[in-house]
Amino acid sequence: MDRKNLIDELQATACRLRKDTLTVIKEMGTGWLGGSFSSADVIAALFFYRMKYDAKNPRWEDRDRLIVSKAHSCEIVYAALAEAGFFPKEELKTYSHLESRLQIHVDCKTPGIDCSGGSLGMGLSFAVGTATGAYISPGEKNLCADQRKKDPRYRVYCIMGDGECNEGQVWEAAMNASHYRLDNLTAIVDHNKFQSTGLVKEKMDTLSLAEKFKAFGWETIEIDGNNLNDVVDTLDWVLTVKNKPQAVIAHTKKGRGFPSLEDTNCHMINLTDELLQDGLDALGR
Amino acid sequence: MHWGDREERYHVDMPYLLPTRVKKESVYVAHNRALVELVKKNDKIVSCYADFPAGAAGEYLKEHSPDRFIDVGIAEGHLITAAAGLADAGFIPFTHCHTLFALGRGYNQIRQNVAYDNRNVKIVLCNSGVIWGGIGPSHLSVEDIAALRAVPNLVILSPADSVSTEKATYAAAEYDGPVVIRLPFVAGLYPTLYSNDLDYEIGKGVTLRNGNDAAILATGALVNDALEASEALEKKGIHARVLDIHTIKPLDEDAVLSAAKETGVLVTAEDASIYGGLGGAVAELVSEEYPVILKRIGIRDQFGDSGTSEELKVHYGLTAASISQAVVQAINK
Repeated sequence: MDRKNLIDELQATACRLRKDTLTVIKEMGTGWLGGSFSSADVIAALFFYRMKYDAKNPRWEDRDRLIVSKAHSCEIVYAALAEAGFFPKEELKTYSHLESRLQIHVDCKTPGIDCSGGSLGMGLSFAVGTATGAYISPGEKNLCADQRKKDPRYRVYCIMGDGECNEGQVWEAAMNASHYRLDNLTAIVDHNKFQSTGLVKEKMDTLSLAEKFKAFGWETIEIDGNNLNDVVDTLDWVLTVKNKPQAVIAHTKKGRGFPSLEDTNCHMINLTDELLQDGLDALGR
Repeated sequence: MHWGDREERYHVDMPYLLPTRVKKESVYVAHNRALVELVKKNDKIVSCYADFPAGAAGEYLKEHSPDRFIDVGIAEGHLITAAAGLADAGFIPFTHCHTLFALGRGYNQIRQNVAYDNRNVKIVLCNSGVIWGGIGPSHLSVEDIAALRAVPNLVILSPADSVSTEKATYAAAEYDGPVVIRLPFVAGLYPTLYSNDLDYEIGKGVTLRNGNDAAILATGALVNDALEASEALEKKGIHARVLDIHTIKPLDEDAVLSAAKETGVLVTAEDASIYGGLGGAVAELVSEEYPVILKRIGIRDQFGDSGTSEELKVHYGLTAASISQAVVQAINK
């Protein structure tokens, strides 16, 4: 597929995922619209361009992992998993129900989810553990060494929130990832500038996340996370980095694609029928 | 005093119980002995540390398979979550760090990443309880059993000596799911109670002495004291049963209820808080199923302190004398 077609197709997919996200949110009546929509383009590119997986065998041991450390904004992830065939799209309407496989934060009960979340700041540590596991193999010696004998069995992508980076454990994990030279690990910070109760820079100013990750020994890049050209380029670039984990600071807009909410703190939205119509109209039916 | 070298002889027919308890050993050394054998046999086993002494297993891995030796630095929360990630990658990680920091810095991680997701992670809690001299209260864990007992999916093992620690380590590796192994002060020397004939099974207590006047249910470092107490009581004509409750969870309910029914007097003994520990677990069970007189030997809602191990043991009443006194009081109640 040529580049233009690829981007067009991913854009169409991201649009479809946003629409499905509204279906999921409508099931509970409220949901993480802002974070789902801000990360939709990155999620679309990961699932439908970059990651290797087998939807019919979700626990395939050499699959690439997506660790959704944000854990909320799970609606977009469920939409992507259904689109990828991990479970039927009809199941999206079981979201938030008692004993549903689609829990209110990402959960291993859902096929395709590798790490349950909800308590912030822990996903990157999990990603470090599972990325380390991709390198452990008979004959391999020191994981801190410059030269490794074998390629990793898979790659690990970790989606994090910018507010989440308030948590101290994120930086324990960041230190470990570069110490163990986990070049098969990519952290993508959905930097939509809002956290639960306000602006990140007002709540707890993270200053430059790129400089922070860089100081921790990561190869770091800042991109427009709602521009699929940028996102695809970046997901090509991460494969070329050796001996270092990569941090992608994806500058996004909260609620991107939902005009009446875009770039506001639409963290948790009560999705009225009227709003739903607004959203569906904007996304094109 | 209770760590002396005097020779003990038992008048009971327990094939796995050593006639003497002269040999003393660190349970961490014993755990490592088992773990060395395990990592040699199973290349899925990895050993993880938060700047904690590696022991023989860690040293073996550093030499022979350094990719399976992982030290995360002083970052206990990360240690537990990263171990869950390693389990996701198909490995069987054993984590090693101080009990209080695994619990205090890693509780959310144990609960969410290990227990909730039912990961095949083995959390070795090192230096549990207050009988750890020369360190002070910031490092002395009284509440770990209480906190972890309430977490679903966790198996909690609390071995008493080097033989049962080795067997607990093998059993943990064999068990498919999260296991906590609670070890006392890793440099402390504990009398070896068992022979290698011990038939160790998770969730199945071991009767160390028979007796129907009372039953002492002990775990971890206090099992030896329970035996000493029972011996002292024997001389007074009181026949106290001694049970090693080496698995805190799942509790051996049959053994506890049989002891309640057959003796009518229970005393629990542990180097942990009486709130929510073994004493709490036994109290919960018998009060619902078969109420009897119960006394709990353990830490009575206090933090630890500085001092030597021997001083701490006496200060907190975690001694054979306290146990035997509790048995007499309970019988006379």
